[in-house]
Amino acid sequence: MSAPVPAFRPTASSARALRVAVPIAVLLALVPLVLPPYGAILLAYGLVMAIGALGFNLLLGYTGLLSFGHSAYFGVGAYAVALMVKYLKVGSMELFLIGAIVASVLVTALFGVVCVRYTTIFFGILTLALSQVLWSLAFKFFWVTGGTDGLRVPTPSLFGGLVTGTGDKTVFMSHAYYYYVLIVFGLCVALMWVIVNSPFGMALQAIRDNETRAEFVGVRIWRYRWVAFLVSGVFTGLAGALWVPLNGLTTPDIMHWTFSGEIVFMTVLGGFRSFAGPIIGAVVFNYLKTYAVGYTVYWQLLLGAVLVGLVLSLPTGIVGTAGRLLARLQGRH
Amino acid sequence: MDVLLIHLLNSLLYASVLFLIAGGLSLIYGVMRIVNLAHGNVYAFGAYVTAWVIGSVVAGASMPVWLALLPVGAVATAILGAVLEPTLLRPFYKRAEEYQLLCTFGLLMILEDVMRLFWGPYPLSASALFESFGSVTVGESIYPTYNFLVIGVGAAAAIFLWAFIYRTKFGVVLRATSQNMRMASALGVNVNRVYVEAFTLGCFMAGLGGAIIVPSQSAVLGMGVDALVLSFIVVVIGGLGSLEGALVGAIIVGFVREAGITWFAERP
Repeated sequence: MSAPVPAFRPTASSARALRVAVPIAVLLALVPLVLPPYGAILLAYGLVMAIGALGFNLLLGYTGLLSFGHSAYFGVGAYAVALMVKYLKVGSMELFLIGAIVASVLVTALFGVVCVRYTTIFFGILTLALSQVLWSLAFKFFWVTGGTDGLRVPTPSLFGGLVTGTGDKTVFMSHAYYYYVLIVFGLCVALMWVIVNSPFGMALQAIRDNETRAEFVGVRIWRYRWVAFLVSGVFTGLAGALWVPLNGLTTPDIMHWTFSGEIVFMTVLGGFRSFAGPIIGAVVFNYLKTYAVGYTVYWQLLLGAVLVGLVLSLPTGIVGTAGRLLARLQGRH
Repeated sequence: MDVLLIHLLNSLLYASVLFLIAGGLSLIYGVMRIVNLAHGNVYAFGAYVTAWVIGSVVAGASMPVWLALLPVGAVATAILGAVLEPTLLRPFYKRAEEYQLLCTFGLLMILEDVMRLFWGPYPLSASALFESFGSVTVGESIYPTYNFLVIGVGAAAAIFLWAFIYRTKFGVVLRATSQNMRMASALGVNVNRVYVEAFTLGCFMAGLGGAIIVPSQSAVLGMGVDALVLSFIVVVIGGLGSLEGALVGAIIVGFVREAGITWFAERP
């Protein structure tokens, strides 16, 4: 069912990607100057989720493993930050990010050893079960994690203390923090682009397309899957760390497996067969959910219907469908 | 000694309901190779329908009427299953497994809100039936009589299913389809019909689990999502697709849970 992967031409495809990426980056940088603060903050949420979905898609789109437990790594990142605030009285965003990366490396390395022994549905169930373990820990150990009340995270200081959020929180979040998220987002996208186009990324795609052949070519499947799991989880953990100051609070809800379902949802919405799919899917999903929640209390019904309709009629997602439409238009001329 | 007996009964009570849920999940996987993420919500649907009928529609009636109407939730979920399989799941058999998981996840979200839409966000209870049974004394403690009914239904369902699958013609067809769908189809089995029947049976079991447990608890939103994770644990222990495994897994989880509650109680 998978399309043949075109031969990799690093210079050509990277140059083309840059031609698309630079104008988008400029547009994104203009957002806080044009849109009201609420619009910028909403987009910041979308960009944060895009980092998480990008990491998730390294497993689904490139390695062919559907994880239903990425909420765990998102939550590990978020709770690492919250616990650093609570116990170590840290306030620097850079230290938060480092702490979140260390925590998610530890957790994903351990979970990965268990999970990558399996594929397909069993991989999905196992990741789901392990994420539920973390969820119940966050839920039950309330003297550490705050239980259902969660943990509050104050406004951090950015760039090693150069920018502090002492003034109006809305202004800080919609400007300084937005740009911070944008920079991290840009770095993550560039890093992921390098990863998926590296020999390592090619090996992952080979595993996805034909495990047996990849093994015969000499790819150490188990180890490659484990590293992919690790990288994927760390990206999602980083997203969790960026999300916490934006939200101001972390609760066990983000560890629950239904949140993993949302990560899967956004990736499929954008299209998991393309690099940009999860990014676009996450941003669109963020708007979709925000408006659905504001529009009706039965937003789950709305989103569920969208998801079912999507997998029934548009399995390639937004990016795949747009690409097909574009190809048809070009063919007509 | 009495305390141990109570713990044993509690474990069996929990195992009975878990077996009904996980057995349905396992049966559906065994025949159709689909992991139904909405299965927990199917169980919750059965609980809601029964709680609604017993707790509101015929709330003034007496115990025999309630008891006769107890399976109505299971019948409702069976109808739900018979409608869902041909409309939503059939297009996915030929596609990658990921899409099945996504579709059933969408179904989970829909069902969760459909229950909220029909029955509101508050817990729905059918405790009158539970109370009408009274309790028996076990040594120095008292134990609700209704729980014996739940254990009995769980045991009866296990025996009935075993007989159904290993001793009837339908069971032979079901097992043949699960082992080799193409071969069964070539031998003249109407695979589509078997799939509808298997899915309906699986949903019926989950609905029955919800229906019999709801008088002693109550139907709340989110009960399905929690039940799904527990039944995953059961089928992972017993092996996905195996009914015997689901039975063993349910008993193990039932005992472990009871032991965990007893010896590792939550910090106050």
